[in-house]
Amino acid sequence: MTAHILIRSLDRGATLFLIVIAAIAVAVPALNLALPESSTLHIPTYLVALFGKYACYALLALSIDLIWGFCGILSLGHGAFFALGGYAMGMYLMRQIGTRGVYADPILPDFMVFLNWKELPVYWYGFQHFPYAALMVVLVPGVLAFVFGWFAFRSRVSGVYLSIITQALTFALMLGFFRNNFGFGGNNGLTDFKDLLGFNVQAETTRAALFSISCVALMLAFVLCRAVITSKFGKVLIAIRDAEARTRFLGYRVESYKLFVFALSAGMAGIAGALYVPQVGIINPSEFAPGNSIEAVIWVAVGGRGTLSGAVIGAVLVNYAKTFFTSGALAPYWLFMLGSLFIAVTLLLPRGVVGTLRHWTALRRDRASAAAEDGVREPLPAE
Amino acid sequence: MMRFCRACLVALLLAFSFPLGGATAHAASLDEALSHFTADDFSETATGIEEVAASGSPRAETIIRALQDGRLMFSAERKTVYVKSDSGGLLDAATAQPITGDAPTDVDTVRINNRLRGAIDAVLGELTLMSSELAVRFEAAQAVFKSRDQSALPALETAIAKEQDLRVKQALMEARAAIILAGADAKEEDKLAAVEVVRQRGDQDALGVLSSLPIDAPAAVVKAAAGAIGAIQNRLAVWNAVQNAWYGLSLGSVLLLAAIGLAITFGVMGVINMAHGEMVMIGAYVTFVVQEVIRARNPALFDYSLAIAIPLSFVVAGCVGIVIERTIIRFLYGRPLETLLATWGLSLILQQAVRTAFGPNNRDVGNPSWMSGAFDLGGITITYNRLWIICFALAVFSALLALLRYTRFGLEMRAVTQNRPMAASMGIRTSRVDALTFGLGSGIAGMAGVALSQIDNVSPNLGQGYIIDSFMVVVFGGVGNLWGTLVGSFVLGIANKFLEPYAGAVLGKIAILVLIILFIQKRPRGMFALKGRAIEA
Repeated sequence: MTAHILIRSLDRGATLFLIVIAAIAVAVPALNLALPESSTLHIPTYLVALFGKYACYALLALSIDLIWGFCGILSLGHGAFFALGGYAMGMYLMRQIGTRGVYADPILPDFMVFLNWKELPVYWYGFQHFPYAALMVVLVPGVLAFVFGWFAFRSRVSGVYLSIITQALTFALMLGFFRNNFGFGGNNGLTDFKDLLGFNVQAETTRAALFSISCVALMLAFVLCRAVITSKFGKVLIAIRDAEARTRFLGYRVESYKLFVFALSAGMAGIAGALYVPQVGIINPSEFAPGNSIEAVIWVAVGGRGTLSGAVIGAVLVNYAKTFFTSGALAPYWLFMLGSLFIAVTLLLPRGVVGTLRHWTALRRDRASAAAEDGVREPLPAE
Repeated sequence: MMRFCRACLVALLLAFSFPLGGATAHAASLDEALSHFTADDFSETATGIEEVAASGSPRAETIIRALQDGRLMFSAERKTVYVKSDSGGLLDAATAQPITGDAPTDVDTVRINNRLRGAIDAVLGELTLMSSELAVRFEAAQAVFKSRDQSALPALETAIAKEQDLRVKQALMEARAAIILAGADAKEEDKLAAVEVVRQRGDQDALGVLSSLPIDAPAAVVKAAAGAIGAIQNRLAVWNAVQNAWYGLSLGSVLLLAAIGLAITFGVMGVINMAHGEMVMIGAYVTFVVQEVIRARNPALFDYSLAIAIPLSFVVAGCVGIVIERTIIRFLYGRPLETLLATWGLSLILQQAVRTAFGPNNRDVGNPSWMSGAFDLGGITITYNRLWIICFALAVFSALLALLRYTRFGLEMRAVTQNRPMAASMGIRTSRVDALTFGLGSGIAGMAGVALSQIDNVSPNLGQGYIIDSFMVVVFGGVGNLWGTLVGSFVLGIANKFLEPYAGAVLGKIAILVLIILFIQKRPRGMFALKGRAIEA
């Protein structure tokens, strides 16, 4: 059964893609840890952390591509699920600090002592156990997405309406998390982490391991997405994307399909956030900013909507460009570039990088075998 | 006629001569009164206080206050009295002139004891209660109301008897009532009458007076006070609600201005313009530039700056809108989600462009004189700028409504909103309608920016703060009908302000969001949805 699903979901391109990521997952930590610093091939630790960040962004992009590229749901609030996953992980890391905090309180995190709180809020209970925290990483975004989606999809809120409402959702959460009395550290968020499962988060080996784990998570998520979209369920999703009303009239319960894939995607975003937090060492409410969510959508658009591998490539490309430009003399122009990227991609490259490449190869193949067969091609993403 | 002229002449002459004589008379009696302070004897000082008060001199209050604060000095040798100024120098008490020549060597403070302090308080209250300035008398009455000083009672009685102005008289009566209630020796019916007077006043201070009755107050008075407290609290709650409603209307009018342009572009083209907030920002910066130019060239015109800025911002933002439509949005019709992304990118560019041109900080946009200030209406305070913005929002709304209803362009716009292919078949150039609609929507956003510049900080992020709320209005009110936008913005504005006191600003916003999500369960297309046969709008 499993083998069958795997064979079905992994075509040549997907396998190649997985192999490349696996190679990176092994090569980067190896070049960082095994080689001496003097070596030209040595990768410094800060780059490992940076690549780890990209891997988390790629996972977020993948989760957006799953719903936008294959189900036509444009969520402008996926950053919220990412941040919620991050906060769940951050809470675990805060509890691990224990007496090593500034106020050395064995139970309360520093910011609570600072705010003069006497006991731990109920929703912080259990976060000292990693399995519980890991469960919450998936469960909190998933359940929020389920509840939100249940209301939204049931009343057939779709298209731009849904996009706007999701944006308002992340905006509202941002406002909430900025407040001190929410119990998540307010403005400053959660930071100053010490260790994760007993390993020091600052250590080179931990960072290398986190990078590899992020890559593995990315690969697993990729396989999961492929499995979903190549299944019969996935075909219905594509049908919903291309003609929602027609799918409904054919007797499918469109809401249930959308709800499932939306919650799944939110859970994936949560995992991305959870892996992101120990690598950057902080989580604060600005992660909820609506701008972040929209930026994540543009990664997918750059790479190619509905291509999965394109989402990953787009996330890495755009973020690499961001790192490159915002650290140099061109920093004041980065927003001009990012803005132009939004416009250029939607106007000139609607299929994205990977989508355009695939389109070209498909055209060439078509031309080659035009006379021979009357094949049915995979439908292109439509609005 | 002749007699009248002569009378005028005489009056004029008198007017010129009399004040001189009056002034010398004052000075003489004040000097006499002041001489009592040089004796360094408490009973002499008491006489001095009384005489200074009776002299009617404008310096009397300053002198008595100086005495109260221990700043009144005297020289026994020269028989002169001085007021020590804040800087420590000595001023002649009668003339307020600095000492000429060398300073006296034996300067000493005029000493006072408790008996004198009582006398000083009484005299001071009397002096200000009798002041020739209306505002000073009113302030004095209010001060007495708050202090409830028993010794001011005789002065109050005299003042009430003499007072002509109704408002001040009322304030004096309230002060007397407050004193009667706080004291022990008044008759019961006087106290009951006093409760009634304080109840009429009906504000937070009145509540304070009524709730701090002496413990030994008669039962009937306590009962009456309890009743009055209840009545005042009800009244305050009503005014509080009115104030909230007013704030809500104000917020609603701002939302209306920001959302109305969005609603028409979305209604006609199905396009969500994420750069709409930046059009608002452009309007605000146009106001800033107009004011800068006026300040530099012709400051006298400052009061008209908004009259120039409003049409100019409409034109500027409208032109930017048309350019955006022609160069970007028209290539994306039928792809609303991608339009959303492209316009978001555009908003990033516009924000950064303004940041580069004008700097990231808030720019100073002033209120013209006719927009600053406030007035009281019943128990609430209404600021002029908020009032004008409400009027402006309603004016823009009516103008737009008229445009849609009575012009050819409006007719074409409505036709395209309702059924684009059909409108095109009827010979309407839909692409032209699109461009003009987008320009109109952006132009209105620009005018909204002028209004917002009056109440908010003008910074590159100005538009961002309103964009999500405006979307909420559009989602809530429904598309394709301006009344939906009107009702939506005012309902959201008022709901926001009513939730704020209970839930705080942030939780209020979150609550509104949840309510909207629940609301669209019932009406997925908003309150005023366009009825049609399309299965997917």
